[in-house]
Order: sequence, then structure tokens, then C-alpha cells
Amino acid sequence: MDILKISHVSKSFGNNKVIDDLSFSVPEHSVFGFIGKNGAGKTTTMKMALGLLKMDEGEIFVNGEKVSFGQNHTNRFIGYLPDVPEFYGFMTPLEYLMMCGEITGMPRKQMKEKSAELLSLVGLAGVKKRIRSFSRGMKQRMGIAQALLNSPRLLICDEPTSALDPIGRKEILDILHSVKAHTTVIFSTHILSDVERICDRIAFLHEGRIVRSGTLEEIRGMRREDGIAVEFLKAEDASRFLGQYGDGAQGEGAIVTVYGKEGNAMERIMEVLLQNHFSVQRIERLEPTLEDLFLEVAAR
Amino acid sequence: MRQYIAFMKKELLEQYRTGKLLLLVIIFALFGIMNPAIAKLTPWMMDIMSEQLAESGMQVTAVEVDALTSWTQFFKNMPMALIIVLLLFCGIFTTEYQKGTLTNVVTKGMKRWKIFCAKLGVMVTVWTLGFLLSYVITYGYNAYFWDNSVAHHISAAVGCFYLFGLWLISVLGMASVFCNSTGAVMLAVGAAFAVSYLLGLFPAVKEYTPTYLMQSAGLLADLNAGEDYLWAAAVAIVLIVAGCVFSVAAFNKKNL
Repeated sequence: MDILKISHVSKSFGNNKVIDDLSFSVPEHSVFGFIGKNGAGKTTTMKMALGLLKMDEGEIFVNGEKVSFGQNHTNRFIGYLPDVPEFYGFMTPLEYLMMCGEITGMPRKQMKEKSAELLSLVGLAGVKKRIRSFSRGMKQRMGIAQALLNSPRLLICDEPTSALDPIGRKEILDILHSVKAHTTVIFSTHILSDVERICDRIAFLHEGRIVRSGTLEEIRGMRREDGIAVEFLKAEDASRFLGQYGDGAQGEGAIVTVYGKEGNAMERIMEVLLQNHFSVQRIERLEPTLEDLFLEVAAR
Repeated sequence: MRQYIAFMKKELLEQYRTGKLLLLVIIFALFGIMNPAIAKLTPWMMDIMSEQLAESGMQVTAVEVDALTSWTQFFKNMPMALIIVLLLFCGIFTTEYQKGTLTNVVTKGMKRWKIFCAKLGVMVTVWTLGFLLSYVITYGYNAYFWDNSVAHHISAAVGCFYLFGLWLISVLGMASVFCNSTGAVMLAVGAAFAVSYLLGLFPAVKEYTPTYLMQSAGLLADLNAGEDYLWAAAVAIVLIVAGCVFSVAAFNKKNL
């Protein structure tokens, strides 16, 4: 079942059409990477799914229920982590979570247990100082704790790792990965290594439309014809190889890249290498990185 | 109800921990003490200044002070206290808009009208208790030094000003729903006051403007009858209720 379904949604700010007939859906129990450059419309889409922004056209369904702008009832299924989470600085983490628990209407006992559990999950257990003095990473982790408080079916994170140092990023990604079993996670980002680490489905958003979407494998498979790189120990070997191999190979220094149908190319490379006794540093199958795809998509 | 109480608790905790509550208690207590103190000190000050005044040709005869002098001070000081309350609270919504702290609360399923009511509730509570504090202190000292019976219609006169304060607080609430910056909220409150004040310059509508309630000190000396303020009070109450209903409806559709 799809936990989130976005159907033909459009949104303009003035004359600027930010979201243009956007449709996609997110199946349950996946980690969904929502990728796009700054200003592609990621935050706008997320805010519309939360009923925080009014959409011009289209419909959004969360867990099968329609999202309405303003007083939005589907928010009870959702945990939300904004891009720069801000909490009441005069409260301690525990106080904040307890307040959130009261608002969501959790039973008092469950509220206490869940708060303690989440604070230790995000590494803030026993922190007595007020949120005002928190670092950005701590606030981000606090944000995850509050977002997970009501055990949401869907966790929406808006660029959770963008502003963090490598350690902070790893911590956040680990936490997101660990909640996957119970919660579907959607997170927007432009950091592609994060996507490769934890997402199983991704969608590229560009100029308000989804230009590529699918599982990580499918997306990578879209450009499977990418070639094979052979790095030689000596540059002259590389140029001799080029002469021997014939069409379909390009050289640059000691590296030769061969493009062509997979099986044949590899066989032919081995053949040439063996016949000429070239010394090889490495042979590598070039997989399209998300970055290539991202650049290709963004360049359109 | 639980949501409302939780949010109200948060608001009160905020006022307490940011020191605003303490500040307001001190201010209201101080104003309460100042009213009788100034009345008490007036003869003494006049005495000191009498020589200077005599040089410029003014004769100072014995100045008589009583509870009425103190109550008149009350009505001179309370506008200042009200302005301080309004200044302290003009960012109560807008700072949350700017920080985005309400977004979190709303996505947790908090009913928006409860947010509005809790914030308004805190302002009303603070104004009510502060006002009461000043009133009780002034009343107590007046009773001790003089006799409150010389002042007529004290409750009606004081009640009028209290209601005027409630009206401005409701204006602040409404302005906060529409404006995203603290400055704009302040400006809107100022503008509402100015409009009411300017309308008050026309004798035909004077008695129907909320600002007319500020002049209720006249009741003390029995210059006016309590009924004179009924229309202004009724208009203020209608404006407060209508303003709140309108604000809640608009707040439900606000982009947070």
C-alpha cells in the first residue's frame, strides 16, 4: 500500500510555478530519497503533504486519507523534521517531548516511556540543559526524537543532513536507517552519498516535476551501457592498447575507457591485454553514479 | 482540553523562564505603590517648590490630598503599564512564525484555534492578574492612609480601563494573525488605538469608541454616571468577540 500518494499537484508562488503537475507515490516500509537541487520544490512538496501550504491543483493522500490545508487530520500519521528544526529554547528536551506527547494525546505512562526511549535513541538521554544551548546536530537529533514520538507511519525529513558535519550526518543516517522497520521515511536531500547509503527508492525532482524515479537499482540501470576503464602502469602501454583495440576505446594518459556492449567489450579487452602482456593497475566497470544522473537531469 | 492545557503550560513556562512574568509583577506592584506614594508626597513636594513658585509670583496654599488624588494617579499610571504589557507581548505570535516553532506543534495535530486561544489566554491572564495586583495595592494603601469612600464608582471606573486593556490585547491577537513581523503588529495596535481616538474627537460618536473607556476616571469624582460608559463598553465587548472569532477563522488558514 502507498503511504503517500501525490496526484497531479501544482503550486505557484506568484508567477513562479514551483510544482508542475507532480505525481508520485511512496510505498510503505521504504526509505524514499527525494532528490533535487536547491529550489527544485522539495520543501514545497513536503509542506503541502503536511497541509502547511495550500496547493493550487491536485490531491495528496496520506495513508489513504486526503490531506486538507490548515487544520489537517492526516498529520496524525506523520512525523515531520523541518530543515532547520527550531524548538522552544527555554525547555529541556524531556519537557519538549512531554509537551508534544500531551498534544498528540498519548497516555501519560506511554509518553514517559517513549520519551526516554527516543532520547536514548538519538543520544540525548540525561541531557538536562535547555534546547537554546544546543548545537545544530543536537537540534537535528532532537528533531528526529520529536518527529518519532507518536510512532508515525510516515516520517518526513527535510534535508536532515545538509547542515551537519560528517559525524553528525552519519548519526542522523544511522537513526533513520534504524527506524525503517516501523516507519516509512521520506527524506529530501541534495547530498547523493546519503541517498546511496540508506535509500531504497528515489525520485529526482527538477523544475517541479519528477524526471526520474524508481528503486536505486532501476535508476542506476537506466544507464547500464556505461563502459569499462582500464588503467595501465605505463602510459605508452595505454596508447599501444588503443592502437590494438580499435573502435570504441578512448584514452587519456594511462587510462583507457571502453564503451560498448558489456560482454563483448570485456572479452575483447582481456584478449588484447593477454596477447600483448600489458601490465595493468586496475580494470573497473564504470557504473553511473547518482551524481552523473543528477547532473544530467539538472542540465536539461 | 489536554492540548489547550499543555500549550497554556508552555506559554506560562515561557513567560516565567524568560523573566517576563517577574518583570510584570514588579512593574504592576511598583505602579500600585506609586499611586498612593505620589499622592502622599505631593504636599511635601509642593512645600519644597513653594519658594521657587513664590518667586515667579505663584502662591501655594496648603495642598489637600486624599484617596481621590491617589486614584487619579492610578488612571495616569495604568496606561503606561498597559503599554508595557503590549510591548512585551507583541512578539508572542510573530517570533514563533519566524522561528517556525509552531510548525512542529501543528504537525503534531495541535488544533490551531487552541494555539490562538492559549496565547490570548496568557495575555489576558497576565493583564488581569497584574491589573488586580496594582488595584489591590492602591486600594489597600488608600484605605490605610485616607478613606476610599470619597471616590465614587471605583469598580466601574477601574473596570472600564480593564476592559479597554482587553480590547487592545484582542487587537494585538488579531494583528498577530495577519502580520508576520513584531513591528507590524505594534503598528497595527497603534493604528487601532489612533482610529478609535480620532473617532473620539467627534462628539457624535465619542461615547461609542473603546478609547472613551480610558476617561473613566471622571466617574470617581462623580462627574459622570456609570451609564455614560455602557455604550463604549458594549462596543468594546462586541469588537473583542468579533475580533476573536475572525482571528481564529483566519488563523486556521494561515501559512505557517
